[in-house]
Amino acid sequence: MESLTWGAILIRIFIQLIPVWITLVVLFAVSISFRRRLGLYGKLFDSTIGMIGFGLVMFWVFVGVYGGPLDMIITHDPLSQVSGMKNKLPGTAMSNPQEGEYAYFLLGGDNLARDVFSRVVKGAWIVVQIAPMATLFAFMVGITLGLPAGYYGGRLDTILSFLANLILAFPVILLFYLLVTPEIVLTGIPNYMALFLFVFPLVFLAILLNSRYHTQPKVRTPLLIAVLGGVGWLYLSLVSTDGALVATPTYSIPGLPKFVDLFDIDPGLLVVFVSVVFVNSPTVFRIVRGLAMDIKTRDYVAAAQTRGEGPWYIMLWEILPNARGPLIVDFCLRIGYTTILLGTLGFFGLGLASESPDWGTTINSGRQLLRAYVHPAVVPAVALLTMVLGLNLLADGLREESLRD
Amino acid sequence: MGLFILRRLGMMLVTALCLTFIVFWLTNLYPNLEKLAKTQGNFRMSDEAVTSYLGNNGYLDPLPVKFGQWIGVMPGWVVERDGKQRGRCFTAETPVDERPTFCGLLQGDWGYSTVFKKDVSGIVGERLGLTGKLMFFVMLVMVPSALLVGVLAGMREGSKVDRSLSTFSILSTATPEYVSGVIFIALFASSAGLKIFNGSATSAMDDATIANFTLPVLTIALYGMGYIARMTRASMTEVMTAQYIRTARLKGVKFSNIVIKHALRNALIAPFTVIMLQFPWLLNGVVIVETLFNYKGFGWALVQAAGNNDIELLLAISVVSVVVVLLTQLISDIGYVYLNPRIRIS
Repeated sequence: MESLTWGAILIRIFIQLIPVWITLVVLFAVSISFRRRLGLYGKLFDSTIGMIGFGLVMFWVFVGVYGGPLDMIITHDPLSQVSGMKNKLPGTAMSNPQEGEYAYFLLGGDNLARDVFSRVVKGAWIVVQIAPMATLFAFMVGITLGLPAGYYGGRLDTILSFLANLILAFPVILLFYLLVTPEIVLTGIPNYMALFLFVFPLVFLAILLNSRYHTQPKVRTPLLIAVLGGVGWLYLSLVSTDGALVATPTYSIPGLPKFVDLFDIDPGLLVVFVSVVFVNSPTVFRIVRGLAMDIKTRDYVAAAQTRGEGPWYIMLWEILPNARGPLIVDFCLRIGYTTILLGTLGFFGLGLASESPDWGTTINSGRQLLRAYVHPAVVPAVALLTMVLGLNLLADGLREESLRD
Repeated sequence: MGLFILRRLGMMLVTALCLTFIVFWLTNLYPNLEKLAKTQGNFRMSDEAVTSYLGNNGYLDPLPVKFGQWIGVMPGWVVERDGKQRGRCFTAETPVDERPTFCGLLQGDWGYSTVFKKDVSGIVGERLGLTGKLMFFVMLVMVPSALLVGVLAGMREGSKVDRSLSTFSILSTATPEYVSGVIFIALFASSAGLKIFNGSATSAMDDATIANFTLPVLTIALYGMGYIARMTRASMTEVMTAQYIRTARLKGVKFSNIVIKHALRNALIAPFTVIMLQFPWLLNGVVIVETLFNYKGFGWALVQAAGNNDIELLLAISVVSVVVVLLTQLISDIGYVYLNPRIRIS
């Protein structure tokens, strides 16, 4: 069979992505027709920039979801090597495809004769999973520590700010090289960091609900038990692997037994996740602290203080909701930054396994032969670029729309 | 002002000390030491051989003692083997009365690199020089073009020029160095694209030419440019709506004169601080670009040192980068005060 022309490649990619197009069209149609009732999200559809950004982001989210767990878009297995397809150009036909197998490598083969198109699609799922989750955790840490630092000030603020500046003064790549190595995984340090960092959502939820409902013990107690029980179970499942919280060659701390453990996380992935959260949280802390310092001088905070509300109620139910605008914008930007950080980790071959299809690792393996074969590195590079661009445009649109009122 | 600078310098010292201790602790964890022993000896070393290598080279002392030795406040380790004494500060050949007890940072000794088999201070100096060359050209490209883009975009808010330049700035902040570098090489230095430039900058270490230095410089400059341009634009749009600009326009001053003589000076205060604060970010870019283009500078040395757990080189590198980060913060604060008369007077 002959190789495909560029037009044919584009048409075939378009056909492969049909589920994504359908979902995108439905999402946009529904959102635009109900935009007046959807608050800030609806207002996004008034700005072209915001819409383009949202479209790009949702495109990759749907590609990730359909291609990852649902296995729909991909044409080949992202890990299997096909003989004769090494470094082949985009659109090359397979020499003897089996019955029912897709006959072309739409975006060519990489240096291990794997299908670049399927790998990029699978890589999208990894990024779409990790980046927002890591950013969310970083926000939980930053908010839980930044609000009291900004609200109380004083010595607490001095200590926390010093620690945040300490982490920020570290060159990110040096930190990654120190934290994300197999040797460090052996010492169990990532597990301790996970124990510490992942507890913040739990603390945050507990304080949030308690400060609101502590005057009504009848509501509060069952609510807290239900919420903390559920989230606590998730937390323990997250931090314990094979029935141990920390497992090193010399000792181990027992954790959740295996039969109640909901999911296990690969140690390589955990260390990546932890270090990305660790790097991001000081910046969030500084933003939240600044916002809290600004907002605590407002009249409604003074009113709440006069009413006799507790400090945590004021922080979480008076200050935080009024800081949401800048925080939402920063959340979008930060997901983009986290995506860049994940790519950086992959680029230096840290953390994730070398055959992992995530974009950074793929760029890293493609750059070896970049001068001869361009496509294995350029395709994931463009994918990463469009995703981060989408997030930045989305943040820009949100900022514009939230400033308008 | 003097007190302020002194306090900041003291803070800097404490931060640098804390950071180096963290680096020291992480690099001295036993699995890392084991890796170091195996790269220095051979990969099939037995556990006993690893322990004896580490013991012979002073790696098994308690952590605070080792840190004190590195700083130069604790006497360096001394090992006696086969009737010969060896130590941190001297070899077996050094005459007994010339052997110093202390050798650390305070004595001006940065230690010995296990990867490059040379003194750390020499390596850091040489690599910093190379990176300095790269950074000089990056600044030369980045700062003027970023300011130009920002001023042009902020001059007339909402115009077509503004929209296209702002989109360009967003695009450039969304392109990390490893993406733009790969795309640049693919476009300008590969067999599939144009072969105008070199995809490797190794030859630029001795002799930088347009062919081998353009791509690395452009790659670093692009990522930082967007951010500075956006800050400049924001500050320019703010200045352009100020009362005195309106007065000047109503008086009939030419638009180009308004921009150059009235607006520009006030609009450039904010970008100055941003440019200074970009240095730490540029450090990241330098590591990526030097790895991608194989330019053996400071960032490349960082990757080599970290990959091989070269403890003393890594410590020196982190000291240098922390000092760079904190010094630029200090300069940006002082510069801000000097540039902005409102703060200076109060």
